[in-house]
Amino acid sequence: MDSAQATVTIPRQKSRIYILKKRLPYFIAYGVLGITTLPIIFMYLWLFLNSFFQKMKFGIIPESFTLENWSFLWEPIVYRGSELPSIWTATWNSFVFAGTMTILEVLIGVMSGYALSRIQFPGRKFILTTTMLLHAFPSISLLIAVFYILNFFGLYDSLFGVILVKTALQIPMTTWIIKGFFDDVPWDVEWAGLIDGCSRIKVWFQIVLPLIKPGIASISIFSFLSGWSEFLLLYTFIVSGDNITLASFLQKLTSDPNLVNYSLLGAISLFYMIPVLIFFIFTQKSLMQVSSGGIKNA
Amino acid sequence: MKIELKNITKSFDKKTNTIDNLNLSIEDGEFIALLGPSGCGKTTTMLMIAGIYKPDSGDILFDGQRVNEVEPKDRNVGMVFQSYALYPHMTVLDNIAFPLKQQKVKKEERIQRAKEAAATVHLEQYLHRKPGELSGGQQQRVALARAIVKNPRLLLLDEPMSNLDERLRIEMRSEISRLQKKLGITTILVTHDQQEAMTLADRIAVMKDGQIIQYDTPMALYYQPENLYVARFIGTPPMNFLHGSVNNGILHLHNRKLPLETRLLTKSYNGDVIVGIRPHDIQLGSHGDLQLEGTIQFVETIGHAKLINVLVGDTMIRFFTNPFLDLVPGMNIQFSANSSDLHIFDGKTEKRILKKKDLKAIRKSNAVNQILPHAADSKKSG
Repeated sequence: MDSAQATVTIPRQKSRIYILKKRLPYFIAYGVLGITTLPIIFMYLWLFLNSFFQKMKFGIIPESFTLENWSFLWEPIVYRGSELPSIWTATWNSFVFAGTMTILEVLIGVMSGYALSRIQFPGRKFILTTTMLLHAFPSISLLIAVFYILNFFGLYDSLFGVILVKTALQIPMTTWIIKGFFDDVPWDVEWAGLIDGCSRIKVWFQIVLPLIKPGIASISIFSFLSGWSEFLLLYTFIVSGDNITLASFLQKLTSDPNLVNYSLLGAISLFYMIPVLIFFIFTQKSLMQVSSGGIKNA
Repeated sequence: MKIELKNITKSFDKKTNTIDNLNLSIEDGEFIALLGPSGCGKTTTMLMIAGIYKPDSGDILFDGQRVNEVEPKDRNVGMVFQSYALYPHMTVLDNIAFPLKQQKVKKEERIQRAKEAAATVHLEQYLHRKPGELSGGQQQRVALARAIVKNPRLLLLDEPMSNLDERLRIEMRSEISRLQKKLGITTILVTHDQQEAMTLADRIAVMKDGQIIQYDTPMALYYQPENLYVARFIGTPPMNFLHGSVNNGILHLHNRKLPLETRLLTKSYNGDVIVGIRPHDIQLGSHGDLQLEGTIQFVETIGHAKLINVLVGDTMIRFFTNPFLDLVPGMNIQFSANSSDLHIFDGKTEKRILKKKDLKAIRKSNAVNQILPHAADSKKSG
């Protein structure tokens, strides 16, 4: 009521200036942020246009549309005289790698996170304090040791071997994240489940896990993305073309600086991004919940 | 179901006992309260009865059968938690039906029974909401419905009303009382609110430091407190305490002497004592045989009465007076109590040194007082 009266009494122009004044801080903030983000947006735009056109006039204006650069989708790429493995093999392998890793990480993380959060056992504190240390090792410092181990188990040049290595390196972080979610589940709710007729395992499945769904979503997103973008371990321990993944595939195309076809590289880079984008669109909601912190009013 | 706890001991840190050699027996259909300040072990005791914690030693018996090793899910108890502990991802109906689902009750019957339970606590119109969309009082009723839906042999209530506002609390109190009477279910209430315990329970176990100090009916706790702790805990406003001494069967209190001989538990008792007088047992003037005087410090107006605070020596005494009396701070007044209403405790052991008061006699003398004006009224109208 009050505000309606106010707009009637104040002349129009005055109120418009007033609104502008009020919004000025937003204009400035968005302006600064917009300008600083422009190069990144421009970069993506360039990548996109570059892949669909034959030439870029002055480096920025696209000329003559073509799908030539995307032909890798249906025919093998010949690079430095030899045929590269099919892009679909690489895509499939990347999926297998990231997917299996995600499943393993969620399974192990959820179980170890619950144990660390809820169960009293000797050495619990020690494990809690040292798991983060494990995560502190950059994978590059472990390459040689990991090579010996993989070789010993006959897992060199096998995707599964690298999955195990990468999962092991990721588990501490995953466990920590998910432990936080378990910590937020009140004991009362778990006890109520026990009294209402569940065994402890059943309470875990029927009550505790549904409550930490946002947590499970977030660790699966993080592990899938880190698996999808993994390069170093795969590049080092995978040699055969059959086991190649997309990241290594891209690397192969840039191995000789004189022969890099930037349009082709751009097209494949975009192709590499598509699943991530799709995945992100579908999981965005769960990711948003993470920042606001797990469970509401339990 | 009859419940017995025998010599229960429970420790969480292996140094101090949270529960120390506790004995408790609850009759079938009885409503008892575990009353005590926070940290006295009452919730721990309840969780042991529920089967969440296992006692370090001692036995828990349900109808004479030892249930120490029985899992909570097989004990057939219902529980309402202080936080309600509803399942936030399920609707109200699913929450209430959850215990039945675990018993593998068929879906139609399950929903039917859940709806009935919801109806007994007046929740019919909220069945398809999530707990997050309900008010505190409604959540509490969901928790209550979930606890009673499987017709448990025992109902446990862990401070169920401490998160509600005053008005709702009184409403829920009568609701719980009505439900318990209707279902005839053995019920244990954990609370730190003595008024809640007094109004609801058939018997109250007053707890302190993991032990039961006194286990008795509300009336007995009020009129026959075994020690200073119970006397201090029960009753609003709290009991007044004065320091005195007993010599040769005579109570010395603020230069006054009162003979006690026949009422003392041990006739030869000598020593310092603490004398307790309930605010309701004091009146202005000098009708009683224990007369005291002091200066009014401040006056609290309640409406049906005035609660006045009087300084006697260096102790504050509170009692009720007629609300229309013009009493102001600074006034010197005389007041009195009957020596038969005194509660006297040993100054060191804090135990009662007088013989138990006869509740029947108290009832008789009070009944006369209550009926008389009533009878006079009816005479007038007749």
